[in-house]
Amino acid sequence: MASDPNILLLPFQYEFFLRAIIVSILVGGVCGLLGVYIVLRGMSYIGHGMSHAVFGGAVASYIVGFNFYIGATIWGFVSAFLINEITRRNKIKPDAAIGVVTTAGFAIGVFLISTTRSYTRNFEALLFGNILGITDQDLIVILLVTIITSAFLFFFQKRLLFTLFDKEAANVYGVRTTVVELLFSLILATVVIASMNSIGVTLLAAGIVAPAISARMITSNFTKMVLSSTIMGVIIAFLGMYSSYYFDSASGSTIVLYGAAAFGISSLYAYLCKIYQRHSHGRLVHSHPHTHIEEHKQEHLRKP
Amino acid sequence: MSSWLWRKRRNTSTNRKIKDSCYSSSYNDDASSDRNPVLYLRNLTYGYVSHRAVIENVSLQIPKGMFIGLLGPSGSGKSTLIKIILGLLKPWSGSMEYNLSNTTYAFKQVDKRLVIGYVPQIETVDWNFPVTVREVVSMGIWDRSGISPFLSKNTVIEIDRVLDSLEIRGHEFGKRQIRELSGGEQQRIFLARALIRKPSILVLDEPISGIDHNTREKILSILKSLSKSGLTIIMTTHDLSGIARRLPWVVCMNKKIIAEGTPSETLTDANLLKTYGLVDNNNEGDAGDDIAV
Repeated sequence: MASDPNILLLPFQYEFFLRAIIVSILVGGVCGLLGVYIVLRGMSYIGHGMSHAVFGGAVASYIVGFNFYIGATIWGFVSAFLINEITRRNKIKPDAAIGVVTTAGFAIGVFLISTTRSYTRNFEALLFGNILGITDQDLIVILLVTIITSAFLFFFQKRLLFTLFDKEAANVYGVRTTVVELLFSLILATVVIASMNSIGVTLLAAGIVAPAISARMITSNFTKMVLSSTIMGVIIAFLGMYSSYYFDSASGSTIVLYGAAAFGISSLYAYLCKIYQRHSHGRLVHSHPHTHIEEHKQEHLRKP
Repeated sequence: MSSWLWRKRRNTSTNRKIKDSCYSSSYNDDASSDRNPVLYLRNLTYGYVSHRAVIENVSLQIPKGMFIGLLGPSGSGKSTLIKIILGLLKPWSGSMEYNLSNTTYAFKQVDKRLVIGYVPQIETVDWNFPVTVREVVSMGIWDRSGISPFLSKNTVIEIDRVLDSLEIRGHEFGKRQIRELSGGEQQRIFLARALIRKPSILVLDEPISGIDHNTREKILSILKSLSKSGLTIIMTTHDLSGIARRLPWVVCMNKKIIAEGTPSETLTDANLLKTYGLVDNNNEGDAGDDIAV
Protein backbone atom coordinates (compact mmCIF):
# COMPACT_ATOMS: atom_id res chain seq x y z
CA MET A 1 0.00 0.00 0.00
CA ALA A 2 1.45 3.41 -1.00
CA SER A 3 2.32 5.80 1.81
CA ASP A 4 0.70 9.25 2.04
CA PRO A 5 3.63 11.29 0.68
CA ASN A 6 3.69 9.16 -2.48
CA ILE A 7 -0.01 9.74 -3.05
CA LEU A 8 0.51 13.50 -2.78
CA LEU A 9 3.34 13.35 -5.31
CA LEU A 10 1.52 11.01 -7.67
CA PRO A 11 0.46 13.62 -10.27
CA PHE A 12 4.02 14.90 -10.70
CA GLN A 13 5.24 11.69 -12.20
CA TYR A 14 3.39 12.55 -15.39
CA GLU A 15 5.20 14.87 -17.77
CA PHE A 16 2.01 16.38 -19.14
CA PHE A 17 0.93 17.24 -15.60
CA LEU A 18 4.27 18.86 -14.80
CA ARG A 19 3.94 20.99 -17.91
CA ALA A 20 0.36 21.85 -16.95
CA ILE A 21 1.46 22.88 -13.45
CA ILE A 22 4.19 25.14 -14.84
CA VAL A 23 1.76 26.70 -17.30
CA SER A 24 -0.90 27.22 -14.66
CA ILE A 25 1.62 28.90 -12.33
CA LEU A 26 2.79 31.22 -15.09
CA VAL A 27 -0.75 32.03 -16.20
CA GLY A 28 -1.93 32.50 -12.62
CA GLY A 29 0.93 34.82 -11.82
CA VAL A 30 0.67 37.00 -14.91
CA CYS A 31 -3.13 37.20 -14.66
CA GLY A 32 -2.84 38.16 -10.99
CA LEU A 33 -0.29 40.84 -11.87
CA LEU A 34 -2.27 42.32 -14.73
CA GLY A 35 -5.57 42.00 -12.89
CA VAL A 36 -4.56 44.70 -10.39
CA TYR A 37 -4.46 47.34 -13.10
CA ILE A 38 -7.68 46.13 -14.66
CA VAL A 39 -9.54 46.24 -11.34
CA LEU A 40 -8.15 49.69 -10.50
CA ARG A 41 -9.05 50.89 -13.98
CA GLY A 42 -12.65 49.89 -13.20
CA MET A 43 -12.84 47.75 -16.31
CA SER A 44 -13.00 44.26 -14.89
CA TYR A 45 -15.25 43.18 -17.74
CA ILE A 46 -12.58 43.90 -20.33
CA GLY A 47 -10.88 40.60 -19.55
CA HIS A 48 -14.16 38.82 -20.15
CA GLY A 49 -14.83 40.77 -23.30
CA MET A 50 -11.34 40.45 -24.72
CA SER A 51 -11.31 36.69 -24.27
CA HIS A 52 -14.58 36.47 -26.20
CA ALA A 53 -13.28 38.74 -28.94
CA VAL A 54 -10.16 36.66 -29.39
CA PHE A 55 -12.29 33.55 -29.86
CA GLY A 56 -13.41 34.87 -33.23
CA GLY A 57 -9.81 35.40 -34.30
CA ALA A 58 -8.79 31.97 -33.13
CA VAL A 59 -11.52 30.27 -35.16
CA ALA A 60 -10.88 32.43 -38.23
CA SER A 61 -7.15 31.73 -38.16
CA TYR A 62 -7.76 27.98 -37.94
CA ILE A 63 -10.15 28.02 -40.90
CA VAL A 64 -7.84 30.16 -43.04
CA GLY A 65 -4.85 28.07 -42.08
CA PHE A 66 -2.94 30.66 -40.07
CA ASN A 67 -1.03 29.84 -36.96
CA PHE A 68 -3.48 30.08 -34.07
CA TYR A 69 -1.37 32.60 -32.15
CA ILE A 70 -0.84 34.88 -35.14
CA GLY A 71 -4.51 35.00 -36.06
CA ALA A 72 -5.72 35.41 -32.49
CA THR A 73 -3.08 38.07 -31.79
CA ILE A 74 -4.05 40.13 -34.84
CA TRP A 75 -7.71 39.86 -33.88
CA GLY A 76 -7.00 40.72 -30.26
CA PHE A 77 -4.93 43.75 -31.21
CA VAL A 78 -7.62 45.00 -33.59
CA SER A 79 -10.25 44.56 -30.85
CA ALA A 80 -8.10 46.42 -28.30
CA PHE A 81 -7.47 49.23 -30.77
CA LEU A 82 -11.16 49.51 -31.65
CA ILE A 83 -12.23 49.61 -27.99
CA ASN A 84 -9.73 52.36 -27.23
CA GLU A 85 -10.58 54.44 -30.28
CA ILE A 86 -14.37 54.15 -29.88
CA THR A 87 -14.12 55.18 -26.24
CA ARG A 88 -11.78 58.06 -26.98
CA ARG A 89 -13.50 59.58 -29.98
CA ASN A 90 -17.15 59.17 -29.13
CA LYS A 91 -19.51 59.79 -26.29
CA ILE A 92 -19.66 56.06 -25.58
CA LYS A 93 -18.44 54.68 -22.29
CA PRO A 94 -15.87 51.86 -22.26
CA ASP A 95 -18.34 49.20 -21.11
CA ALA A 96 -20.58 49.80 -24.12
CA ALA A 97 -17.66 49.77 -26.55
CA ILE A 98 -16.37 46.55 -25.03
CA GLY A 99 -19.84 45.00 -25.15
CA VAL A 100 -20.21 45.64 -28.86
CA VAL A 101 -16.70 44.93 -30.11
CA THR A 102 -16.06 41.81 -28.11
CA THR A 103 -19.41 40.11 -28.56
CA ALA A 104 -19.17 40.83 -32.28
CA GLY A 105 -15.81 39.08 -32.29
CA PHE A 106 -17.23 36.11 -30.46
CA ALA A 107 -20.23 36.03 -32.78
CA ILE A 108 -17.94 35.95 -35.81
CA GLY A 109 -16.26 32.87 -34.37
CA VAL A 110 -19.58 31.09 -33.81
CA PHE A 111 -20.78 32.16 -37.27
CA LEU A 112 -17.69 30.72 -38.92
CA ILE A 113 -18.00 27.47 -37.01
CA SER A 114 -21.64 27.08 -38.00
CA THR A 115 -21.06 27.84 -41.68
CA THR A 116 -17.69 26.24 -42.34
CA ARG A 117 -17.72 22.51 -42.48
CA SER A 118 -13.95 22.23 -42.37
CA TYR A 119 -13.70 23.19 -38.69
CA THR A 120 -12.98 20.02 -36.79
CA ARG A 121 -11.08 21.39 -33.84
CA ASN A 122 -12.46 20.79 -30.37
CA PHE A 123 -14.81 23.71 -29.73
CA GLU A 124 -15.02 22.96 -26.04
CA ALA A 125 -11.27 23.12 -25.49
CA LEU A 126 -11.18 26.73 -26.61
CA LEU A 127 -14.16 27.70 -24.49
CA PHE A 128 -13.24 25.91 -21.28
CA GLY A 129 -9.51 25.32 -21.67
CA ASN A 130 -7.40 22.25 -22.17
CA ILE A 131 -4.42 22.75 -19.93
CA LEU A 132 -3.46 19.11 -20.05
CA GLY A 133 -3.09 19.39 -23.81
CA ILE A 134 -0.55 22.23 -23.64
CA THR A 135 2.28 21.81 -26.16
CA ASP A 136 5.87 22.97 -25.93
CA GLN A 137 5.00 25.85 -28.25
CA ASP A 138 2.23 26.95 -25.90
CA LEU A 139 4.64 26.81 -22.95
CA ILE A 140 7.22 28.95 -24.73
CA VAL A 141 4.55 31.47 -25.72
CA ILE A 142 3.26 31.74 -22.18
CA LEU A 143 6.78 32.17 -20.83
CA LEU A 144 7.54 34.93 -23.34
CA VAL A 145 4.25 36.68 -22.61
CA THR A 146 4.96 36.54 -18.87
CA ILE A 147 8.36 38.14 -19.39
CA ILE A 148 7.03 40.82 -21.74
CA THR A 149 4.10 41.66 -19.45
CA SER A 150 6.31 41.86 -16.37
CA ALA A 151 8.80 44.07 -18.19
CA PHE A 152 6.05 46.36 -19.48
CA LEU A 153 4.47 46.75 -16.05
CA PHE A 154 7.86 47.39 -14.46
CA PHE A 155 9.03 50.06 -16.90
CA PHE A 156 5.63 51.69 -17.45
CA GLN A 157 4.39 51.44 -13.89
CA LYS A 158 4.71 55.15 -13.14
CA ARG A 159 2.90 56.21 -16.31
CA LEU A 160 0.25 53.56 -15.80
CA LEU A 161 -0.37 54.44 -12.17
CA PHE A 162 -0.62 58.13 -12.95
CA THR A 163 -3.02 57.46 -15.83
CA LEU A 164 -5.21 55.25 -13.67
CA PHE A 165 -5.29 57.65 -10.74
CA ASP A 166 -5.66 61.01 -12.47
CA LYS A 167 -5.73 60.82 -16.25
CA GLU A 168 -6.26 64.53 -16.81
CA ALA A 169 -3.31 65.60 -14.68
CA ALA A 170 -1.21 62.84 -16.23
CA ASN A 171 -1.84 64.40 -19.65
CA VAL A 172 -0.86 67.82 -18.36
CA TYR A 173 2.35 66.45 -16.88
CA GLY A 174 3.40 64.89 -20.16
CA VAL A 175 2.19 61.31 -19.88
CA ARG A 176 0.91 60.14 -23.24
CA THR A 177 -2.13 58.49 -21.74
CA THR A 178 -3.57 57.39 -25.09
CA VAL A 179 -0.42 55.45 -25.88
CA VAL A 180 -0.22 54.02 -22.37
CA GLU A 181 -3.81 52.82 -22.49
CA LEU A 182 -3.41 51.34 -25.94
CA LEU A 183 -0.23 49.50 -24.94
CA PHE A 184 -1.96 48.19 -21.85
CA SER A 185 -4.87 46.90 -23.92
CA LEU A 186 -2.45 45.20 -26.30
CA ILE A 187 -0.64 43.55 -23.40
CA LEU A 188 -3.98 42.39 -22.03
CA ALA A 189 -4.90 40.93 -25.42
CA THR A 190 -1.56 39.11 -25.47
CA VAL A 191 -2.08 37.63 -22.02
CA VAL A 192 -5.60 36.56 -22.94
CA ILE A 193 -4.39 34.83 -26.09
CA ALA A 194 -1.58 33.09 -24.27
CA SER A 195 -3.87 31.95 -21.46
CA MET A 196 -6.99 30.93 -23.33
CA ASN A 197 -5.69 27.46 -24.13
CA SER A 198 -5.19 26.74 -20.46
CA ILE A 199 -8.20 28.29 -18.73
CA GLY A 200 -10.47 28.90 -21.68
CA VAL A 201 -12.36 31.85 -23.04
CA THR A 202 -15.36 31.67 -20.73
CA LEU A 203 -13.38 31.36 -17.49
CA LEU A 204 -10.40 33.58 -18.20
CA ALA A 205 -12.00 36.76 -16.88
CA ALA A 206 -12.33 35.26 -13.42
CA GLY A 207 -8.73 34.15 -13.55
CA ILE A 208 -7.69 37.74 -14.18
CA VAL A 209 -9.99 39.48 -11.74
CA ALA A 210 -10.29 37.10 -8.77
CA PRO A 211 -6.74 37.42 -7.37
CA ALA A 212 -6.79 41.21 -7.78
CA ILE A 213 -10.07 41.80 -6.00
CA SER A 214 -9.05 39.37 -3.27
CA ALA A 215 -5.85 41.35 -2.78
CA ARG A 216 -7.85 44.59 -2.75
CA MET A 217 -9.90 43.27 0.15
CA ILE A 218 -6.85 42.72 2.32
CA THR A 219 -4.66 45.72 1.54
CA SER A 220 -4.97 49.37 0.56
CA ASN A 221 -1.33 49.69 -0.44
CA PHE A 222 -0.66 49.52 -4.17
CA THR A 223 2.68 47.70 -3.97
CA LYS A 224 1.30 45.16 -1.51
CA MET A 225 -1.74 44.73 -3.69
CA VAL A 226 0.41 43.90 -6.72
CA LEU A 227 2.52 41.43 -4.75
CA SER A 228 -0.48 39.84 -3.04
CA SER A 229 -2.44 39.49 -6.26
CA THR A 230 0.47 37.88 -8.09
CA ILE A 231 1.20 35.45 -5.27
CA MET A 232 -2.49 34.65 -4.89
CA GLY A 233 -2.76 34.06 -8.63
CA VAL A 234 0.10 31.58 -8.45
CA ILE A 235 -1.28 29.76 -5.40
CA ILE A 236 -4.83 29.64 -6.78
CA ALA A 237 -3.61 28.26 -10.09
CA PHE A 238 -1.38 25.67 -8.45
CA LEU A 239 -4.01 24.48 -5.97
CA GLY A 240 -6.70 24.42 -8.63
CA MET A 241 -4.54 22.48 -11.04
CA TYR A 242 -3.29 20.09 -8.36
CA SER A 243 -6.65 19.33 -6.85
CA SER A 244 -8.28 18.85 -10.26
CA TYR A 245 -6.22 15.68 -10.54
CA TYR A 246 -7.82 14.21 -7.44
CA PHE A 247 -11.29 15.58 -8.13
CA ASP A 248 -10.98 14.36 -11.71
CA SER A 249 -12.50 17.69 -12.75
CA ALA A 250 -11.88 20.21 -15.51
CA SER A 251 -8.74 22.11 -14.54
CA GLY A 252 -9.87 25.53 -15.74
CA SER A 253 -13.10 25.51 -13.78
CA THR A 254 -11.36 24.16 -10.66
CA ILE A 255 -8.86 27.00 -10.78
CA VAL A 256 -11.66 29.54 -11.11
CA LEU A 257 -13.51 27.99 -8.17
CA TYR A 258 -10.39 28.33 -6.04
CA GLY A 259 -10.27 31.95 -7.14
CA ALA A 260 -13.83 32.47 -5.98
CA ALA A 261 -12.98 30.78 -2.69
CA ALA A 262 -9.99 33.09 -2.27
CA PHE A 263 -12.26 36.08 -2.74
CA GLY A 264 -14.65 34.69 -0.13
CA ILE A 265 -11.83 34.17 2.35
CA SER A 266 -10.42 37.66 1.70
CA SER A 267 -13.83 39.22 2.19
CA LEU A 268 -14.25 37.38 5.47
CA TYR A 269 -10.78 38.48 6.56
CA ALA A 270 -11.55 42.10 5.72
CA TYR A 271 -14.80 41.92 7.66
CA LEU A 272 -13.12 40.39 10.72
CA CYS A 273 -10.39 43.04 10.61
CA LYS A 274 -12.98 45.77 10.61
CA ILE A 275 -14.77 44.23 13.57
CA TYR A 276 -11.52 43.69 15.45
CA GLN A 277 -10.36 47.26 14.89
CA ARG A 278 -13.52 48.65 16.42
CA HIS A 279 -12.35 49.55 19.90
CA SER A 280 -13.04 52.01 22.69
CA HIS A 281 -11.17 54.75 24.52
CA GLY A 282 -13.19 55.62 27.57
CA ARG A 283 -16.58 56.59 26.27
CA LEU A 284 -15.39 56.86 22.67
CA VAL A 285 -16.09 53.86 20.48
CA HIS A 286 -14.67 53.96 17.00
CA SER A 287 -13.01 51.92 14.30
CA HIS A 288 -9.97 53.31 12.46
CA PRO A 289 -6.22 52.73 12.06
CA HIS A 290 -4.71 53.36 15.46
CA THR A 291 -1.65 55.47 14.88
CA HIS A 292 -1.32 57.46 18.09
CA ILE A 293 -0.01 60.48 16.28
CA GLU A 294 -0.55 63.89 17.78
CA GLU A 295 -3.79 64.70 15.99
CA HIS A 296 -5.27 61.34 16.98
CA LYS A 297 -4.68 62.09 20.66
CA GLN A 298 -6.84 65.17 20.34
CA GLU A 299 -9.80 62.99 19.40
CA HIS A 300 -9.76 61.46 22.85
CA LEU A 301 -10.22 64.85 24.43
CA ARG A 302 -13.43 65.45 22.53
CA LYS A 303 -16.57 64.36 24.20
CA PRO A 304 -18.53 61.73 22.29
CA MET B 1 2.78 78.44 15.06
CA SER B 2 5.71 76.65 13.55
CA SER B 3 8.79 78.64 12.74
CA TRP B 4 9.62 79.41 9.13
CA LEU B 5 12.94 79.09 7.37
CA TRP B 6 13.59 82.32 5.44
CA ARG B 7 15.99 83.13 2.69
CA LYS B 8 16.54 86.53 1.05
CA ARG B 9 15.61 86.86 -2.57
CA ARG B 10 18.46 87.91 -4.83
CA ASN B 11 18.37 90.60 -7.52
CA THR B 12 15.40 92.48 -6.18
CA SER B 13 15.25 96.10 -5.31
CA THR B 14 13.09 95.45 -2.25
CA ASN B 15 14.52 93.30 0.46
CA ARG B 16 11.59 90.91 0.67
CA LYS B 17 11.82 87.73 2.70
CA ILE B 18 10.31 84.63 1.28
CA LYS B 19 9.56 81.29 2.79
CA ASP B 20 12.23 78.72 2.00
CA SER B 21 10.82 76.23 -0.41
CA CYS B 22 11.93 73.79 -3.04
CA TYR B 23 11.26 76.23 -5.86
CA SER B 24 12.42 79.55 -4.38
CA SER B 25 15.82 79.31 -6.03
CA SER B 26 14.13 79.16 -9.43
CA TYR B 27 12.73 82.62 -9.00
CA ASN B 28 15.70 84.33 -7.42
CA ASP B 29 17.45 85.51 -10.54
CA ASP B 30 15.01 87.35 -12.82
CA ALA B 31 17.58 88.01 -15.50
CA SER B 32 18.66 84.44 -16.04
CA SER B 33 15.52 82.61 -15.00
CA ASP B 34 13.72 80.83 -17.77
CA ARG B 35 10.87 79.77 -15.52
CA ASN B 36 8.83 82.99 -15.36
CA PRO B 37 7.10 83.41 -18.69
CA VAL B 38 4.36 85.80 -19.62
CA LEU B 39 1.39 84.00 -21.09
CA TYR B 40 -0.60 85.48 -23.98
CA LEU B 41 -4.02 84.20 -24.91
CA ARG B 42 -5.41 85.71 -28.12
CA ASN B 43 -9.01 85.44 -29.31
CA LEU B 44 -9.60 81.92 -28.08
CA THR B 45 -12.88 80.30 -29.07
CA TYR B 46 -13.99 76.80 -28.17
CA GLY B 47 -17.11 74.71 -27.69
CA TYR B 48 -17.91 71.10 -26.90
CA VAL B 49 -20.69 71.01 -29.48
CA SER B 50 -20.27 72.46 -32.95
CA HIS B 51 -21.67 75.96 -33.48
CA ARG B 52 -22.14 76.43 -29.73
CA ALA B 53 -19.10 78.12 -28.25
CA VAL B 54 -18.46 77.89 -24.54
CA ILE B 55 -15.82 80.63 -24.72
CA GLU B 56 -15.66 83.28 -27.41
CA ASN B 57 -12.77 85.52 -28.42
CA VAL B 58 -11.12 85.33 -25.03
CA SER B 59 -7.90 87.32 -24.86
CA LEU B 60 -5.75 87.63 -21.77
CA GLN B 61 -2.25 88.72 -21.02
CA ILE B 62 -0.97 87.14 -17.84
CA PRO B 63 2.07 88.88 -16.38
CA LYS B 64 4.88 87.10 -14.66
CA GLY B 65 4.30 86.42 -11.00
CA MET B 66 0.67 87.48 -11.09
CA PHE B 67 -1.97 85.78 -8.95
CA ILE B 68 -5.14 85.81 -11.04
CA GLY B 69 -8.60 84.70 -10.08
CA LEU B 70 -10.95 83.61 -12.86
CA LEU B 71 -14.41 84.39 -11.65
CA GLY B 72 -17.72 83.37 -13.16
CA PRO B 73 -20.83 81.28 -12.63
CA SER B 74 -21.06 77.60 -13.48
CA GLY B 75 -20.95 77.14 -17.23
CA SER B 76 -19.16 80.42 -17.86
CA GLY B 77 -16.18 78.71 -19.46
CA LYS B 78 -13.64 79.03 -16.63
CA SER B 79 -12.72 75.37 -16.57
CA THR B 80 -12.73 75.24 -20.38
CA LEU B 81 -10.27 78.12 -20.53
CA ILE B 82 -8.15 76.37 -17.93
CA LYS B 83 -8.13 73.19 -19.99
CA ILE B 84 -7.06 75.10 -23.07
CA ILE B 85 -4.20 76.67 -21.12
CA LEU B 86 -3.24 73.20 -19.91
CA GLY B 87 -3.25 71.89 -23.45
CA LEU B 88 -6.06 69.43 -22.83
CA LEU B 89 -8.32 71.09 -25.38
CA LYS B 90 -7.44 72.58 -28.72
CA PRO B 91 -9.28 75.85 -29.40
CA TRP B 92 -11.32 76.26 -32.54
CA SER B 93 -9.55 79.51 -33.20
CA GLY B 94 -7.08 81.84 -31.59
CA SER B 95 -3.56 81.36 -30.40
CA MET B 96 -1.49 81.10 -27.27
CA GLU B 97 2.06 82.25 -26.71
CA TYR B 98 4.40 82.44 -23.80
CA ASN B 99 7.39 84.64 -23.28
CA LEU B 100 10.51 82.97 -21.98
CA SER B 101 13.71 85.00 -21.56
CA ASN B 102 12.42 87.67 -23.92
CA THR B 103 11.65 85.13 -26.63
CA THR B 104 8.10 84.35 -27.61
CA TYR B 105 7.09 80.76 -28.29
CA ALA B 106 3.87 79.34 -29.58
CA PHE B 107 2.12 77.44 -26.85
CA LYS B 108 2.19 73.72 -27.35
CA GLN B 109 1.26 70.88 -25.10
CA VAL B 110 4.09 69.03 -23.37
CA ASP B 111 6.58 71.78 -24.03
CA LYS B 112 9.51 71.21 -21.75
CA ARG B 113 10.47 74.86 -21.77
CA LEU B 114 7.22 75.75 -20.09
CA VAL B 115 6.39 73.74 -17.01
CA ILE B 116 2.82 73.93 -15.82
CA GLY B 117 1.64 72.71 -12.46
CA TYR B 118 -1.99 71.66 -12.25
CA VAL B 119 -4.21 71.22 -9.22
CA PRO B 120 -7.55 69.70 -10.28
CA GLN B 121 -10.78 69.77 -8.35
CA ILE B 122 -10.59 67.18 -5.60
CA GLU B 123 -14.04 65.90 -6.55
CA THR B 124 -12.66 64.57 -9.85
CA VAL B 125 -10.32 62.10 -8.17
CA ASP B 126 -11.01 58.61 -6.80
CA TRP B 127 -9.81 58.98 -3.22
CA ASN B 128 -10.22 55.25 -2.58
CA PHE B 129 -7.39 54.54 -4.99
CA PRO B 130 -4.71 52.58 -3.10
CA VAL B 131 -1.84 55.04 -3.24
CA THR B 132 0.11 56.80 -0.53
CA VAL B 133 0.79 60.49 -0.18
CA ARG B 134 4.37 60.01 -1.40
CA GLU B 135 3.23 58.08 -4.45
CA VAL B 136 0.81 60.85 -5.41
CA VAL B 137 3.38 63.61 -4.97
CA SER B 138 5.99 61.60 -6.88
CA MET B 139 3.64 61.56 -9.87
CA GLY B 140 4.61 65.17 -10.39
CA ILE B 141 8.12 64.08 -11.30
CA TRP B 142 7.31 60.75 -12.90
CA ASP B 143 9.69 61.50 -15.76
CA ARG B 144 12.58 62.66 -13.58
CA SER B 145 12.65 60.03 -10.88
CA GLY B 146 14.17 57.11 -12.76
CA ILE B 147 12.82 54.06 -14.53
CA SER B 148 12.31 51.96 -11.44
CA PRO B 149 8.76 51.97 -10.06
CA PHE B 150 10.16 52.30 -6.55
CA LEU B 151 10.88 55.70 -5.02
CA SER B 152 14.57 56.44 -4.61
CA LYS B 153 15.98 58.00 -1.45
CA ASN B 154 16.56 61.32 -3.19
CA THR B 155 12.98 61.37 -4.45
CA VAL B 156 11.66 60.70 -0.95
CA ILE B 157 13.79 63.53 0.44
CA GLU B 158 12.51 65.88 -2.25
CA ILE B 159 8.90 64.87 -1.58
CA ASP B 160 9.30 65.39 2.17
CA ARG B 161 10.84 68.79 1.50
CA VAL B 162 7.92 69.90 -0.65
CA LEU B 163 5.41 68.61 1.92
CA ASP B 164 7.31 70.43 4.64
CA SER B 165 7.10 73.68 2.68
CA LEU B 166 3.32 73.26 2.65
CA GLU B 167 3.16 72.83 6.42
CA ILE B 168 2.70 69.08 6.21
CA ARG B 169 5.13 67.86 8.77
CA GLY B 170 6.37 64.44 9.61
CA HIS B 171 8.17 61.75 7.68
CA GLU B 172 5.35 59.32 8.47
CA PHE B 173 2.73 61.44 6.75
CA GLY B 174 4.09 60.44 3.37
CA LYS B 175 3.27 56.80 4.02
CA ARG B 176 -0.40 57.47 4.70
CA GLN B 177 -3.07 56.37 2.25
CA ILE B 178 -4.79 59.25 0.53
CA ARG B 179 -8.23 58.10 1.63
CA GLU B 180 -7.23 58.87 5.23
CA LEU B 181 -6.71 62.55 4.44
CA SER B 182 -8.99 65.47 5.16
CA GLY B 183 -10.16 67.77 2.37
CA GLY B 184 -7.51 70.37 3.15
CA GLU B 185 -4.76 67.77 3.25
CA GLN B 186 -5.92 66.36 -0.08
CA GLN B 187 -5.73 69.80 -1.63
CA ARG B 188 -2.22 70.34 -0.29
CA ILE B 189 -1.11 66.95 -1.61
CA PHE B 190 -2.20 67.99 -5.08
CA LEU B 191 -0.44 71.28 -4.59
CA ALA B 192 2.72 69.42 -3.58
CA ARG B 193 2.43 67.27 -6.69
CA ALA B 194 2.30 70.41 -8.79
CA LEU B 195 5.07 72.27 -6.97
CA ILE B 196 7.58 69.42 -6.95
CA ARG B 197 7.71 69.93 -10.69
CA LYS B 198 8.98 73.50 -10.19
CA PRO B 199 6.37 74.96 -12.52
CA SER B 200 6.45 78.29 -14.28
CA ILE B 201 2.69 78.58 -14.06
CA LEU B 202 0.42 77.06 -11.46
CA VAL B 203 -3.16 76.42 -12.51
CA LEU B 204 -5.77 75.55 -9.90
CA ASP B 205 -9.37 74.58 -10.61
CA GLU B 206 -11.64 75.51 -7.71
CA PRO B 207 -9.06 74.69 -5.04
CA ILE B 208 -11.07 76.21 -2.24
CA SER B 209 -14.43 74.56 -2.85
CA GLY B 210 -15.68 72.03 -0.35
CA ILE B 211 -13.20 72.76 2.43
CA ASP B 212 -13.62 74.48 5.78
CA HIS B 213 -12.80 78.09 6.51
CA ASN B 214 -9.53 77.52 8.38
CA THR B 215 -8.14 75.25 5.69
CA ARG B 216 -9.24 77.70 3.03
CA GLU B 217 -7.33 80.49 4.75
CA LYS B 218 -4.27 78.28 5.04
CA ILE B 219 -4.30 77.39 1.36
CA LEU B 220 -4.85 81.00 0.32
CA SER B 221 -1.96 82.04 2.49
CA ILE B 222 0.26 79.41 0.85
CA LEU B 223 -0.78 80.53 -2.63
CA LYS B 224 -0.12 84.19 -1.84
CA SER B 225 3.28 83.30 -0.50
CA LEU B 226 4.00 81.34 -3.70
CA SER B 227 2.89 84.29 -5.77
CA LYS B 228 5.25 86.58 -3.86
CA SER B 229 8.02 84.14 -4.71
CA GLY B 230 7.40 84.85 -8.38
CA LEU B 231 5.15 81.98 -9.39
CA THR B 232 2.38 82.87 -11.81
CA ILE B 233 -0.89 81.52 -10.49
CA ILE B 234 -4.22 81.15 -12.27
CA MET B 235 -7.09 80.04 -10.11
CA THR B 236 -10.76 79.56 -10.91
CA THR B 237 -13.34 80.34 -8.30
CA HIS B 238 -17.00 81.10 -8.02
CA ASP B 239 -16.66 82.39 -4.45
CA LEU B 240 -17.18 86.09 -4.86
CA SER B 241 -17.10 87.32 -1.28
CA GLY B 242 -14.71 84.88 0.38
CA ILE B 243 -12.02 84.59 -2.27
CA ALA B 244 -12.33 86.81 -5.30
CA ARG B 245 -12.33 90.06 -3.35
CA ARG B 246 -9.05 89.12 -1.70
CA LEU B 247 -7.07 88.31 -4.81
CA PRO B 248 -4.72 90.87 -6.36
CA TRP B 249 -6.18 90.47 -9.86
CA VAL B 250 -9.59 89.24 -10.93
CA VAL B 251 -10.93 88.34 -14.34
CA CYS B 252 -14.71 88.16 -14.67
CA MET B 253 -15.91 85.95 -17.45
CA ASN B 254 -19.07 84.51 -18.81
CA LYS B 255 -18.26 83.06 -22.19
CA LYS B 256 -16.28 86.22 -22.82
CA ILE B 257 -14.08 88.38 -20.67
CA ILE B 258 -16.37 90.85 -18.96
CA ALA B 259 -13.72 92.76 -17.04
CA GLU B 260 -10.34 92.38 -15.40
CA GLY B 261 -8.36 94.29 -12.86
CA THR B 262 -8.11 94.68 -9.11
CA PRO B 263 -11.20 93.56 -7.18
CA SER B 264 -12.23 97.12 -6.40
CA GLU B 265 -12.06 98.05 -10.09
CA THR B 266 -13.59 94.86 -11.44
CA LEU B 267 -16.25 93.72 -9.00
CA THR B 268 -18.64 96.57 -9.68
CA ASP B 269 -22.38 96.18 -9.94
CA ALA B 270 -22.33 96.56 -13.67
CA ASN B 271 -19.67 93.91 -14.16
CA LEU B 272 -21.30 91.51 -11.72
CA LEU B 273 -24.59 91.96 -13.47
CA LYS B 274 -22.99 91.02 -16.76
CA THR B 275 -21.09 88.11 -15.21
CA TYR B 276 -23.72 86.60 -12.96
CA GLY B 277 -26.88 88.41 -13.88
CA LEU B 278 -27.07 89.56 -10.26
CA VAL B 279 -25.75 92.34 -8.06
CA ASP B 280 -23.45 91.75 -5.05
CA ASN B 281 -24.72 93.42 -1.88
CA ASN B 282 -21.23 93.26 -0.32
CA ASN B 283 -19.94 95.88 -2.73
CA GLU B 284 -19.28 98.92 -0.51
CA GLY B 285 -21.07 102.10 -1.42
CA ASP B 286 -23.92 100.27 -3.03
CA ALA B 287 -26.20 99.96 -0.06
CA GLY B 288 -29.68 98.99 -0.86
CA ASP B 289 -28.84 96.82 -3.88
CA ASP B 290 -30.28 93.35 -4.38
CA ILE B 291 -28.64 90.43 -2.65
CA ALA B 292 -26.33 88.40 -4.84
CA VAL B 293 -25.83 84.67 -4.70
